Amino acid sequence: MATLQLNDIVKDFGGTQVIKGVDLEVKDREFVVFVGPSGCGKSTLMRMIAGLESTTSGEISIDGERINEVGPADRGLAMVFQSYALYPHMTVEDNMGFSLRLAKVKKAERREKVLAAARILQLEPLLDRKPRALSGGQRQRVAIGRAIVRNPSIFLFDEPLSNLDAALRVQMRIELARLHEELDATMIYVTHDQIEAMTMADKIVVLQDGLVEQIGSPMELYHHPCNRFVAGFIGSPKMNFLDVEVREASGEGINVALPGGDCRVPVDGSGVSAGDTLTLGIRPEHLKLDDAGPLTGKIVVIERLGGVTSLYLEHGDSEWILVADGDVAHRVHDQVRFSFDPTCGHLFKGDGEALNHLHRHPLVDIDRKQNRVSSPSDGQ
Amino acid sequence: MRERTSGRTVGGFRNLFLQGPAVTLLLLWMLVPLGMTLWFSFQRYNLINPMISGFAGWDNYTYLLTDPALWTVMGNTLLLVGWVLAVSVIGGTLLWMLSTKMLPPVGVLMPVYLLFRDMGLLDSPLGLTIVYMLMNLPIVVWMLYTFFKDIPKDILEAGRMDGAGTLQEVLYLLLPLTLPGIASTGLLSVILSWNEAFWSLNLTTSDAAPLTAFIASFSSPEGLFWAKLSAASTLAIAPILIFGWMTQKQMVRGLTFGAVK
Repeated sequence: MATLQLNDIVKDFGGTQVIKGVDLEVKDREFVVFVGPSGCGKSTLMRMIAGLESTTSGEISIDGERINEVGPADRGLAMVFQSYALYPHMTVEDNMGFSLRLAKVKKAERREKVLAAARILQLEPLLDRKPRALSGGQRQRVAIGRAIVRNPSIFLFDEPLSNLDAALRVQMRIELARLHEELDATMIYVTHDQIEAMTMADKIVVLQDGLVEQIGSPMELYHHPCNRFVAGFIGSPKMNFLDVEVREASGEGINVALPGGDCRVPVDGSGVSAGDTLTLGIRPEHLKLDDAGPLTGKIVVIERLGGVTSLYLEHGDSEWILVADGDVAHRVHDQVRFSFDPTCGHLFKGDGEALNHLHRHPLVDIDRKQNRVSSPSDGQ
Repeated sequence: MRERTSGRTVGGFRNLFLQGPAVTLLLLWMLVPLGMTLWFSFQRYNLINPMISGFAGWDNYTYLLTDPALWTVMGNTLLLVGWVLAVSVIGGTLLWMLSTKMLPPVGVLMPVYLLFRDMGLLDSPLGLTIVYMLMNLPIVVWMLYTFFKDIPKDILEAGRMDGAGTLQEVLYLLLPLTLPGIASTGLLSVILSWNEAFWSLNLTTSDAAPLTAFIASFSSPEGLFWAKLSAASTLAIAPILIFGWMTQKQMVRGLTFGAVK
């Protein structure tokens, strides 16, 4: 059992506020991912939870108990660093057992616990090696093993996969998700990689400039971003934005003017009046080539990935990215028409805030555990 | 727009306002006399008849350049500048080299000798220890500082997360990680003290005389005992050679490889 509450957390570095008041609740056994562009304060926030960084104001509590003044080792947390931070002069076994050794745990018991953790991570054959004799992926697993041995109430991961190559990253991603299930622990994970965030998180916290932009499940952030920043940050390639004029607005939807005719977006339009300018957002994968479509553009760049093709289009001074299937035969300089399903459109006000969709996406409330076959130990 | 962390913006009106007048004044101060000199050098100026004036062209310059006196003085000036340059550059470089070894020991020999005499430290192991320690301390501190500084911050933070207090951090992490550095620094210190001759020759006679003083005693006014001198020298070199051989592995840093990344 471990829940974590952050209450109006502020961090001030010599007059510069890096964290500007963050509230957050992490539930027991939840996998929470902090995501955001570099410099958004996500690592600082994690280091404050870990106790490596002091809090300027606000309260951090675990299971309802304030831990601001508790030292990093006594918070019951374990952290996996981006650089792994293994002790280079110790063997894998000593690395993993270091916290137990400091806690004066007897050697036999220590070995037993290290072996148990090593078994989970398939590290048994490496226990006598020193970190310099390990590959990047193995070092990463030792760093995770070191955290497991401490049996923490909450695991903290600070961009643990960013030093690994792409293939290994995919593998570790799945392994971490498996680990989360197996250990049944609360995990907090910092990354700038939205694929890691989308695939592993129960709950994503999008941060920008020290402020929380949105908290929600991956599908909620994707289908119902609350503002333009989140809409642009989640999803790859980035969402397309176009300034449009409102023709007619009501609680049942908004009609906006597009170059090739009007289009009705099903969002709550109360408070918006005809003649207003809004920003229309459509994801590249929701645009489709359509000879009768209301939008046109000239192809400037084609990125063929095999399975899908990204078309970069230009129309006047607006730019579009369109993701089509892999067999698109168009060439650069071709003029194409395209359309989109208006229910996939998003509308943003001048300050970036999104207008509420009238229909919630059916997958928004899906549980992450429903995305994988449950482990055989289930139900025990 | 980004401000510095200090909150100050760089450049801008305030700097111009404060510096402008001073810079202008300084420029005028230097440029006006220079301009006047240039102006006068092209003028006709007659002491007897001040009425003869006006533009003279290169006349003044041709007069000077054909005057043999100018060349003599020019030669003298060049010689002077050359000597000053040579002496200051070479001397300065030498002084710099000496100053990186803090101070030529002989420069403080007299006061140290007198101090030692008054404190009864002459020819005592304690006195020599103090001198050697003071001599080695700056080098040792300087070297060790870089070794400690090189330890990745993450490792120490991981240690803190694992529950290491300051003492345990030093004992289990800092010391083992800097061991090669400490060893090589120690070795350097040993070599420096082992081979030191100047202070031992001047501050000891027999009781506290180290090897170097002992070897030097073989060269006597009556003649040189070559064979014995050589034997003593070999004995003096051997331990340090063997010691160096044994510790060379420690000397090679690289233990921290693989810690980070």
